[in-house]
Amino acid sequence: MATNEYCANKQECKTTQFWLLLGLGGLIVLSALYAFFTLEHHGHVLTGMNNQVVWGLPHVFAVLLIVAASGVLNIASIGSVFGKSVYKARAPLSGMLALAMLSGGLAVLVLDLGRPDRLIVAMTYYNFKSIFAWNMIFYNGFFAIVGLYLLTLMDRKMNAWSKPVGFVAFLWRLGLTTATGSIFGFIAARSGYNSALMAPMFIVMSFGYGLAVFMVVQSAMYYWNDQLLDVNVRRRMKNLLAVFVGASLYFTIVFHLTNLYFAKQWEYERFILLDGGIYTTTFWVGQIILGGIVPLILLFIPRSGGAGSGKTERICFCFLAPLLVVLGGLAQMYVTIIGGQAFPMPLFPGHEVSSTFYDGVVASYSPSKWEWMLGIGGVGIAFLLTVIAVRVFKFMPHDDFEELKMRRATD
Amino acid sequence: MSESTNTESSRRDFLKAGALVAGVTLGPGVLFYGIAHSRAPEEGASSAKRWGMLIDTTKCGDGCNDCVTACNTENGLSGKTGPQDSQWIRKVDIKDLRSGFVQSLPMMCQHCENPPCVDVCPTGASMKRADGIVLVDRHICIGCRYCMMACPYKARSFVHEPLTDQNPEVPRGKGCVESCTFCVQRVDRDEQPACVEACNTKSHQAMIFGDLKDPESAVAKALKAYDSVEVRADMGLNTGVRYQGI
Amino acid sequence: MASIRTWMRLALLAGAAMIFAAPVLEASAGVDLPKIEKGKGEKCVEETQFMRRNHMELLKHHRDETMRKGIRTTKHSLKKCVECHASEKTGSVAASKDDFCASCHRYASVKLDCWDCHATKPMKKPIQVAQPSPRMDLAKESVK
Repeated sequence: MATNEYCANKQECKTTQFWLLLGLGGLIVLSALYAFFTLEHHGHVLTGMNNQVVWGLPHVFAVLLIVAASGVLNIASIGSVFGKSVYKARAPLSGMLALAMLSGGLAVLVLDLGRPDRLIVAMTYYNFKSIFAWNMIFYNGFFAIVGLYLLTLMDRKMNAWSKPVGFVAFLWRLGLTTATGSIFGFIAARSGYNSALMAPMFIVMSFGYGLAVFMVVQSAMYYWNDQLLDVNVRRRMKNLLAVFVGASLYFTIVFHLTNLYFAKQWEYERFILLDGGIYTTTFWVGQIILGGIVPLILLFIPRSGGAGSGKTERICFCFLAPLLVVLGGLAQMYVTIIGGQAFPMPLFPGHEVSSTFYDGVVASYSPSKWEWMLGIGGVGIAFLLTVIAVRVFKFMPHDDFEELKMRRATD
Repeated sequence: MSESTNTESSRRDFLKAGALVAGVTLGPGVLFYGIAHSRAPEEGASSAKRWGMLIDTTKCGDGCNDCVTACNTENGLSGKTGPQDSQWIRKVDIKDLRSGFVQSLPMMCQHCENPPCVDVCPTGASMKRADGIVLVDRHICIGCRYCMMACPYKARSFVHEPLTDQNPEVPRGKGCVESCTFCVQRVDRDEQPACVEACNTKSHQAMIFGDLKDPESAVAKALKAYDSVEVRADMGLNTGVRYQGI
Repeated sequence: MASIRTWMRLALLAGAAMIFAAPVLEASAGVDLPKIEKGKGEKCVEETQFMRRNHMELLKHHRDETMRKGIRTTKHSLKKCVECHASEKTGSVAASKDDFCASCHRYASVKLDCWDCHATKPMKKPIQVAQPSPRMDLAKESVK
C-alpha cells in the first residue's frame, strides 16, 4: 500500500491524514443523508420551518454555497478572461471548487424539498416565467460549462479553447447569481425582498464569499504540502478580498439607505436594524462587524509591522479574515432569507393585524438539529468532493515566478 | 383532437346562445335556471366564467368562526392552529391604528387574475384554471414552497406531516403546498363553497359567491351596487375575492 | 406526425417488453400470482387485460383533465376505481397487502404514491346531487 500510493503531489502523500479527512467529510455527509431520510419519512414537522418561515436553515446554507460557488469561479475568470497570470495558475482549482460547492448547495436544496422523489418533475416541467425554474437551468448549465472549462484548462490539447469557454463561463456565472439574487428580488409581496438591488448585491457578495473560500482552501493546500504561498500572490489576493468586502458593505448600506427613504419600508428597517432580536444581532454582529469590518481590519492593520511576511499576518490574511468573511456570509444569508420571512407581511397597512395564522406578528423560527445536519451536510459534500479532487488531480497552483516578476514591473 | 373540441365548444356556445334567446322570451325565472345549470361533466372549466367572492366585513361577526369550521370539515383539515398546521381560511382581526376602529374578516386565497404563486412556481404545479380558480396540482408539486414566499396574502400552507383518511373529494398529502380551492369540487357541481354556505346558513350573509363575468349573478350585482376593495391593491393582482366595508 | 410518434412509442414498448419479459417470466415461476379481489358490479369500465396494461395511462390522463381543466367525467376517475375495488374486508384499495391496488403493485414491486394524497376508501355517503345547499340561482334571488 505504502509503496504504491497515488496522489498528485507525490512527495507529500500523508495518506493517513487524507483518510481522516475523507472520513470526516463522509461522516458529515452521512449525517445529512440520515437527516434527509428522517425528514422524508416524518415530514417537515421535525424541522423548525413552518407556514410562516417556509425556508429555513437548509436554504441559508444552500444559497450561501451556490452564491459562493459562482463567486469562486471568479478566480478563473480573472485569469482567463482578464489575462492575469497569477489567477490563471489558480483557474483549475477555482473551477473545481465551483463545481464542488454548487453540488453541495444544490444537494441541500433538493434534499429539503417536500417531495424530493419528484426531482424528475422539476427537471421535466418548466414554467419559464418562474425565476426558480431559470435557476435550475442556470445550475445545470453551470455544471456543463464549468466542466468543459476545466477540461480546456487541464487538457493541453484543448488549452487554446480556455479563453472563449472561460468567457462563456464568466457570463453564465453572472447570469446564475443574478437569477439567485432575483429569487428574492422578484418577491414583490415581502418588504425584505422586492428590490432590483438583490441581484447585483448577490453578485458582489459572491465575489467576496467565493474568494474567501478559495483563499482558505488554497492556504490549506499549501499548508498540507509544507509550502509557503508567495508573499506577493498573498498580498494581491488579500487586497482583492478587501475590495470585495468593502463593495459588499457598500451595497448593504445602499440597500438599507434606500429602504429608509421609503416610508412604507420603515417598519422593516426598524426590524432589521433596531429591534428585530436575533435578526438585528445577526445583522450587526455577524454580517457587518465580523463579516465586514473585522476582516478589513485584519487585512490592513498588520501591514504596519513591515514586509508583510510575518506569521501572524499570514494567518490573518490566509485563514482568519477569509473565514470571517464566510461566517459573515452565513449571517447575511440568515438575515436576508429568514429575517425577510419572519417580518410580517403588510396585509393591511395602517392597521394592527392579528389572526390564528400569525398575521401581524414576527414569526418565530428555531432550526432543529435535522436542519443543521442537512445544511452542514451541504458543506460536507463540497468538502468531500474537494478533498478527493485535490488528491486525484493536480489542482495545486503552480506559479511561474520569473514571469510574475516581469509582470510586476509592468503592473 | 383539439379541433373537434373547438367545433364541439362552438356548437355548444351556439346552443347556449340559442337557449339564452329562448330564455329571454320565456321569462327571467327560466333564464336564471338556464345559466345556473351550466356545465356537463365532460365540459370542463370555461374562461367565460370567473368565480369570485364579495365579503361584507360589516356583516362579518367578531368572534364568529363558522366559515373556518365549515372549510375544515369540507376539506378535511384538522382545525389545529399551530405554526405548522394548514389553514385554508382564517379570521383576521384588524384595528385601525389611527381611529381604533376594529373589524373582523375572513382571509383566504384571493384567486388573483395575476397570481404571483403561479408566476413563481418552477414546475407549473401552481396554476389558474380557466374559470379563475387558483389551484395547486399536487401531482407535480415538488414542495419547494416558493409560492408561499410569493403570496402576499399568506394564503398557502405546506403539509408538514403524513396524512390519512382524506376526504375522497379533496386529496391532500405530505410534502405539497395547498390552499383554498373555492371548494372546487362543490363549485363544479353548482354548489357554493363551504364557507359561503355556512355563512348564509347562519344568516350572516357576509359572503356572496358567484360568476364575476355574469352581470346577472348575485356577486356581480352586489359589486356594482357597493364600493369594494381588494386587499393589497398596490400589488395590482386583480383578486377574485373583494371586500366591502374596509 | 402523430403516426411517427405512435411508431416510436411502439418501438419503445417493444424494447421495454423484451427487457422486462424475461425476468417477469422467470419470477412468475417462483412467486405466487397475487390474488386479486373481485370488484363490485358486472365488469370494469374497460377490458381487464387492457386495464392491466393501461390503467396508469388512463389515470394520468384523467388526473390532468380533472385537475387542470375541471373535466369531471367519472368513467376513468380514481374515485370510481376505489368505489368498485375497495375490499370487502378493509373497505380500502390499499390498506392491507391483499387489497386491490396493493396486492398487484406489491407483486410487480411498483411503488405508487397515489395514496399519499388520495383516499383509499370510497366516500362515506354519496354526494347528493339534489339540492342540499343554497344554489347559486337561489342566492341570486336572495340578494334582490
